[in-house]
Amino acid sequence: MAYDKFNILTSSAVPLPIENVDTDQIIPARFLKATERKGFGDNLFRDWKYNSDNSPKESFVLNNPIYGGKILVGGKNFGSGSSREHAAWAVYDYGFRCVVSSFFADIFRGNCLNVGVLPVQVSPEFLHKIFQAIETDPKTQLEVNLQNQTITINSTGESESFDINEYKKGNLLNGFDDIDYLLNIKENIETFAQNTPL
Amino acid sequence: MSAQKTLFDKVWDSHVVHNIENGPQVLFIDRHLVHEVTSPVAFLGLKNRGADVLYPKRTFATADHNTPTINQHLPVEDPLSANQLRALEQNAKEHGISHWGLGHEKNGIVHVVGPEYGITQPGATIVCGDSHTSTHGAFGAIAFGIGTSEVEMVLATQCIMQPKPKKMRINITGTLNFGVTPKDVALYIISKLTTSGATGYFVEYAGDVFEDMSMEGRMTVCNLSIEMGARGGMIAPDKKTFEYIKGREFTPTGTAWDKAMAYWKTLKTDEGATFDKELSFNASDIEPMITYGTNPGMGMGISKSIPNADQVEGGKATYEKSLGYMAFNQGEDMIGKPIDFVFIGSCTNGRIEDFRAFASIVKGRQKATNVTAWLVPGSHKVESAIKEEGLLDIFTEAGFELREPGCSACLAMNDDKVPAGKYAVSTSNRNFEGRQGPGSRTLLASPLVAAAAAVTGKVTDPRELMEATVN
Repeated sequence: MAYDKFNILTSSAVPLPIENVDTDQIIPARFLKATERKGFGDNLFRDWKYNSDNSPKESFVLNNPIYGGKILVGGKNFGSGSSREHAAWAVYDYGFRCVVSSFFADIFRGNCLNVGVLPVQVSPEFLHKIFQAIETDPKTQLEVNLQNQTITINSTGESESFDINEYKKGNLLNGFDDIDYLLNIKENIETFAQNTPL
Repeated sequence: MSAQKTLFDKVWDSHVVHNIENGPQVLFIDRHLVHEVTSPVAFLGLKNRGADVLYPKRTFATADHNTPTINQHLPVEDPLSANQLRALEQNAKEHGISHWGLGHEKNGIVHVVGPEYGITQPGATIVCGDSHTSTHGAFGAIAFGIGTSEVEMVLATQCIMQPKPKKMRINITGTLNFGVTPKDVALYIISKLTTSGATGYFVEYAGDVFEDMSMEGRMTVCNLSIEMGARGGMIAPDKKTFEYIKGREFTPTGTAWDKAMAYWKTLKTDEGATFDKELSFNASDIEPMITYGTNPGMGMGISKSIPNADQVEGGKATYEKSLGYMAFNQGEDMIGKPIDFVFIGSCTNGRIEDFRAFASIVKGRQKATNVTAWLVPGSHKVESAIKEEGLLDIFTEAGFELREPGCSACLAMNDDKVPAGKYAVSTSNRNFEGRQGPGSRTLLASPLVAAAAAVTGKVTDPRELMEATVN
């Protein structure tokens, strides 16, 4: 599915300083019943955002108007658990284009890259600095530069570089997807399959 | 580069179709398992792209995640679930994919039926839009969970793009203590590694403990690999593996079998092959396990008390939030805590051996009156075995009912939901907040611990009841 190209993102950020945020929290299983990809943003962090009577939980960060922006900053081991891509869809559909953490679960990271959300892994120290900067000023701007592979806290000028493989970087910069690439090498695949019996 | 290869290297390297410069590898997928929840958007994507399923015969569909576990012969009441089940059926039909839908005699949880029918084989690459696909690694296959974009990718191209993971070997030597099951072994490892300790790795399990384990037990262990962050786990195939798969519907026969066997026998880690990380544990240190928090790494021996925040890795705030959700306190014992629900089933512990273990404790006892118990076989084949082996009679006499197969209360997409604030001892794989229903509180454990809780109404050390049975 097509997504917006990613280049430089400058935005305030939403802090979620909790570790091991699993995909059941990002989107609970009962919201996985759609047969189309739409409306998942409404249920992002559903059970942290709303009480059982659907009234908002005032204390949850997404209900606090002070915070906003296109970057979500989470604690260590973000996105653990289920492989549901719906979690990445919910993050994207809500309006986030980038998730920052000191550590990501594998499948979630891959799903993000496949749907146009950039996972940015920073050191625990830099993550701490980002949380501090947001605490000092909730409107503090972060700049994520995919071409240069850097993330900067604009108010302090502190910056760190992050890893991404060249292939995936190219895809995000250009809005390309993996399936187009693979369909272009279909002949190789078919030759391989002939030598691989069922 | 050393010529010695690990089991993982042998299977992975033989499936690489193409190397992308400064990028992932293109890996050929032998078998693709599909279920109703993570596939509809993938089929839709295929349609929008004007692509077709490249190899329908390598693709297998079953309905499991949101199916009801009672009255499966009646129309599914939940319109959204019914819609997904219908979509799977239509997509399978349109693309010529075999479909074991609700009511089909081969229906069951995707990771239970795959091995039962011989779809799962040593040396194969297997993917599914479900993180517990790691289960199939028990046969010496490379099996892992994927997202929906990747489901579409595999449907369209029979390949996946993945950077090759790092390799970890976990050795456990010795003999397991009385009352310790494969589930306890897995929960023990996860408690040592945490839920992110194996992220970025593919794990091989080695040593006496895994060699001695049944295929069902190996599946339980490999199933839980994802809960320590590993993409997958695998165990070298041996005589037990070959005996298990022989004669199943999708298993090769005749000369194809001989040829396959010759290859499968080479599937073990070469002496001297190296791993990026190697860990060793002693079987004698493991006791029946139970979790007390909101991720599978928060587990401990059932006789221990809940650790203090300063004894565990990670942030204090996260730890306290977790115990707050469970309404437990640091330093408390788990033994004796009252519980409300017991769930035995799931792709982790929904096989015949698990129901035998459950029966061994509830036999001659009665379900505690305060407990609601859901006994959910992993497949119709398991359900039939439960009846044929006389286990159903034991359950019925003890006041339990057997339900119909499906994922059920493991992720509570159907009506099998644990109410808010209630405690469930569950043989499934995740104790995340709300996993078994909004506000539910899950204690992960083995079928023996679940059975002990079911008959006593509280967290109970199963060894006490087992000793009583022996005496």
